[in-house]
Amino acid sequence: MILLSLFFTFMLIGMVSFGGGYAMLPLFERMIVEQHGWLSRSLFIDMIALSQITPGPIAINSATFIGFQIASVAGAAFATVGVVFVPFFLVGIVSKYSERFKESKVVEGIFKGLRPALVGMIFSSVASIATDALIDIYAYFIFGFLLVLLWKFKMHPILVIVISGVIGFIVYY
Amino acid sequence: MIVVTGDDTVEKPSLLRLFLTFMKIGAFTFGGGYAMIPVFEREFVKRYGYIEEDEFANILAMVQSLPGVIAINFAVFIGLRLRGLKGALATSIGVALPSFVIIIVIATFFFQYIDNPVVAAIFSGVRISVVALIFTAGVKLFKQNLHLQGTFLAALTFALVFSVGVHPFFVILMMGTFGYLIFATNEVKKHDIA
Repeated sequence: MILLSLFFTFMLIGMVSFGGGYAMLPLFERMIVEQHGWLSRSLFIDMIALSQITPGPIAINSATFIGFQIASVAGAAFATVGVVFVPFFLVGIVSKYSERFKESKVVEGIFKGLRPALVGMIFSSVASIATDALIDIYAYFIFGFLLVLLWKFKMHPILVIVISGVIGFIVYY
Repeated sequence: MIVVTGDDTVEKPSLLRLFLTFMKIGAFTFGGGYAMIPVFEREFVKRYGYIEEDEFANILAMVQSLPGVIAINFAVFIGLRLRGLKGALATSIGVALPSFVIIIVIATFFFQYIDNPVVAAIFSGVRISVVALIFTAGVKLFKQNLHLQGTFLAALTFALVFSVGVHPFFVILMMGTFGYLIFATNEVKKHDIA
């Protein structure tokens, strides 16, 4: 019943995915890497990189990648449908009552709590991924260099990923 | 179910047109859901005029307040507006299909070559860039929440998820509930007094 397990796991992730792909990485990591052991932590990080250099939403790319790794094309389909399942119906409901939803103080209040939480989630993901990615002193220098490319030179993320691959080849091969 | 809004003189797109437009956006937009928003706007507001500018802003605000994949939520919303349930299926499948196919192709090769020393070395570098990219996204979002409460809640979330190891699922539910109790009920009380 691996397909149902994939569907259900990704449905849970989809239900509480607020604020885009990055904020949900701790949830992915906890459920996919730690609870189910479907992916090693380093493969998990590789998957994030692959999601970045291919088109499309990160959550869809991740669901497809993990589902495919576990149970081929059927697995990819169950995981991907799972992640969008609950939101699909919620959008349907909200689109009917859009005016009331828009002015809802309840929604506004919930988001005042959620938005900072997402920041905390992203940094917790950084801390966790860093323990597997920043493996030696060279890695910390490379990390600093890549931040300069991103912040000072406003370089495109895909280009930064490509450059990091080249540096990785030179330093670690 | 179909809510017809916008300029009624504009002819509604066919299901095939919806499917193909969303598939094109899914195939050529890199960088996740947020990168797709300006493309949606260009196609649906400016190019074809299916949706008006204000309505687009409303839809954007709403899909961001719902859980899920932003690009998919957007696709479902636009599909429903223009062509009902069939429209929503056409747009959401359309936008997800390119990712689905591309990732399957890449994953097939990836698992064959990941043990190759050259590929392993390249990915040792690539993993560092993943940390840099996520860190950058975190800093950007942090700057938008630079008030005392925001910083406290962010630090609390970090401590609970990373240091204590509470399941992120529960932390999200907790923070949402917390926001509701503190902020939403405060608003109501103020309103009552006034």
